[in-house]
Amino acid sequence: MSLLIRGGRVVDPANDVDGVQDVLLAGDRVERLGHGLSAAGATVIDATGKVVCPGFIDIHVHLREPGHEYKETIASGTRAAAAGGFTAVCCMANTDPVNDNRSVTDYIRARAASEGVVRVYPIGAVSRGLRGEELAELAELAEAGCVAFSDDGRCVMNAALYRRAMEYTLPFGRPLISHAEDHTLSRGAAMHEGVVSTEIGLPGAPAAAEDVMVARDILLAELTGAHVHIAHLSTAGAVRLVREARARGVKVTAEVTPHHLLLTDEAVRSYDPNTRMNPPLRAKRDVEAVLEGLAEGTIDCVATDHAPHAASEKEGEFDRAAAGIVGLETAVSLLLDRLVRPGLLPLSTLVARLSRDPARLLDLPGGSLGPGAPADVTILDLDRELTIEPARFHSRGRNTPFGGWALVGAPWKTIVGGRVAWE
Amino acid sequence: MGWSRKDLVAIRDLDAAEIVMILDTAASLQEIAGRDIKKVPALRGKTVVNLFYEASTRTRTSFEIAGKWLSADVVNFSAGGSSTAKGESFIDTARNIAAMSPDVVVVRHSSSGAAALLARTLDCAVVNAGDGAHEHPTQALLDLLTVRERKGHLDGLSVAIVGDVAHSRVARSNIHGMRKLGLSVTVAGPPTLIPPFVQELGVKVAYRLEDAIRDVDVIMMLRLQHERMTGGLIPSLREYSRTWGLTLDRLRAHARPDVLIMHPGPVNRGIELSPEVADGPYSVILDQVAKGVAVRMAVLYLLGGSKGGDQA
Repeated sequence: MSLLIRGGRVVDPANDVDGVQDVLLAGDRVERLGHGLSAAGATVIDATGKVVCPGFIDIHVHLREPGHEYKETIASGTRAAAAGGFTAVCCMANTDPVNDNRSVTDYIRARAASEGVVRVYPIGAVSRGLRGEELAELAELAEAGCVAFSDDGRCVMNAALYRRAMEYTLPFGRPLISHAEDHTLSRGAAMHEGVVSTEIGLPGAPAAAEDVMVARDILLAELTGAHVHIAHLSTAGAVRLVREARARGVKVTAEVTPHHLLLTDEAVRSYDPNTRMNPPLRAKRDVEAVLEGLAEGTIDCVATDHAPHAASEKEGEFDRAAAGIVGLETAVSLLLDRLVRPGLLPLSTLVARLSRDPARLLDLPGGSLGPGAPADVTILDLDRELTIEPARFHSRGRNTPFGGWALVGAPWKTIVGGRVAWE
Repeated sequence: MGWSRKDLVAIRDLDAAEIVMILDTAASLQEIAGRDIKKVPALRGKTVVNLFYEASTRTRTSFEIAGKWLSADVVNFSAGGSSTAKGESFIDTARNIAAMSPDVVVVRHSSSGAAALLARTLDCAVVNAGDGAHEHPTQALLDLLTVRERKGHLDGLSVAIVGDVAHSRVARSNIHGMRKLGLSVTVAGPPTLIPPFVQELGVKVAYRLEDAIRDVDVIMMLRLQHERMTGGLIPSLREYSRTWGLTLDRLRAHARPDVLIMHPGPVNRGIELSPEVADGPYSVILDQVAKGVAVRMAVLYLLGGSKGGDQA
C-alpha cells in the first residue's frame, strides 16, 4: 500500500530539503520526494499548510515494562510517543528485572512487536543489576538488539569498570550512554544547589556533580577511543567540556531534555514534586548554555527522559517524591512554541535534532526522507493552539510541570512504517 | 487593616506591616501568662491540631499552651503514635484530619515545603511550626518580639547569626524577618555550614567569630547537630567548639557590653555556648521561650479567630 503526502512543507535536514513537495511512501519505505507526484491507488494525505519531517526519534525514555507496569507499559508508552510525534524510542534498562541480559531484551522486543505502535530500541545495562560492580553480558545484549548501553538512573561511579565497559564494547560500535552524576557530590540532594535551594531549604547538588563526571567520561573516551554519549546534559560547565572535547576529536555526544531547555530552578519554589527531576532544573545561565549548545550542535539531540510515575509517587513531600517527568506528549509542542516561534532555534535545526542527529548518533534507521529510508514521518501543524492537559495523556504518567501551558504548534500525524500510527 | 491570610507558612511571604501586627498582638496577649486564671475565651469552640512529624517538645508544648490559654480544643498528633507508623502518606493523613474539621493545623515536618503542601491541600488555617531547613516562622517572630522588648525598637539594630546556618530554618526565618524590619544581619560559621549564595538574601557573611560578634546588638547562636560531623562538614565537635563556641572570654573581648545572647534551643552546652554564657546576664534564652507562647497565641488568634467581625 502507498501513501502520498501532498502539498506540505518538507523539512528534511538529512537531505538539505526545506520546501513544498510531495512525499510518496511505498510499503514501509520512502519511495521519493517530488513536485506533483501521483500514484495509482495511493492513499492521499493533504498536508497543505503542514510541515512534513522525518519521523522523530527519542533516544531516552523509560517505558517501565517489565516490572513497573503501574507507571507505564510498552503499549501506553508507545502510544504516548506516537501522539507526541515520535516514530521511534530507545528505552532505558532500569526495569525490573533490569535489562542486563538477553531474555529481558527479547521480552521487550517481543512486547514492542505485539503491543507497540512505534519502533522500540532497547538500551542494555552496563553493569549487572545496575549495581556498578561487574559488567553485564554486553556482547549478548548487543547481539539481542540493544542499541547502546547505560545504567541510566545511576552513574557508574567506578571509573575502572566504566573504562573496561568502553573498551569491551568497542567492537560492537554501540556507545555508552552516561548518566553523569557524581553521587558523592549529589548525595541527599533534591534539587540544584544555588540561591533557590538556599532560600527554600532543600538540599542541593552542585552543577559540579555533573561536570566532574562529564570530564571523567571524556577523559576515559579519549583513553579508550570509545564513543560516550552524555544523557540529559544540563549544565553550562558540561556544555563547555563537551565543546572542547569535540574540538579535540574525542567521540563524545550529548542530548538535552525539553525541561532543561525551558525551566530553571526557580520553578522549584512551588515545591511541586513535578519540578523534581534528576539532573535537577538548573540556573538560568545553564539553561542559556544548553540552548546555545543545542543550536550550534555541541548537543546533538533533544531527548525527553520520559519518566512516568504513579500519582502517589508525585504528590507528597518534595524531597520524598520520585524524580522525573513525562515528556513524550509535551516535547514537540513545547519546543515549537517556546524555541522555534520566538526565533531562538530555527525549525530546521529542531527537526534535525529530533530526527537526523539522534539517528546518526545511535546508527538507527530513519532520520531521513531520502529514497529507501523507513517510511517514518512526523507531520506538524505549526498553527494548532492547545493547552497541555495531563488527564488526556496516553501515557499512564501524568507527572508534568507543564500542565495548563497554552502552546501553539503540535504534531498532526505520526506515520510509522508507512502506516498512520496516530492522528 | 486586619489579618487576611489563611496560613502562616513563611516569613518570606509576609510584609513588614503583617509582621508588626503579629508582634503587637503578641505583646498585648502576653500579660495572660501573669494572670491567676490563664484563660480567655478567644478561641472557644475552635479546634487546633498539632500535627508533629518530627520530635519536638518545646515548640509543641508552646503551641499547646497557647491554644489552651485561648480556650481552643487542642489535639496533639505525633507521627510516632499514629497511622504514619502503618505507612499512611502525609497527604492521606492530612486529608483524614481535615475531614474532622479542625480550624487550625500546626505542622512540624522534616521535609522543606511540607507546610506549603499542607496549606495548599487543606481549607483550614495552617501554621508552619518548622519544615525541614526552610522556615520556622513563629521562632523568628518570638525572637523579634524578644529583641524589640529588650532594645525598645528593631530598626537599625545589627544581628549576628552564628553556626549551622545551612541547615537552619530558624536562620532563614530570622534573616527574612530581620531584613524586612530594618535590621542588618551577618551570618557566620565555617564555610561548610554557610549555604551557597546566602548573600543574595541580603546578609553579610563572616568566617571568624570575632568579626561576626564585634559591635552587634544581638548574637544568635544556632544549635549544632551532631550528624554534621559524619557528613564531613566539620572535623570534630572539639574543633567546632574551639573555633565557634561562644565563651565568656570571647564575649568580653569582642562583643558590646549590652549585647543580647539568643539561642532557639535546645542548647548544646559547652559546644556552641559555654554554660556561663547560656546562664549569664547577656542571655535572654528563657525570655525567648516565654515570648514563644505569646507569639503563638497571637498567630492562633489571628488565623483561627472568627472571621467577618463577630467578636470572639
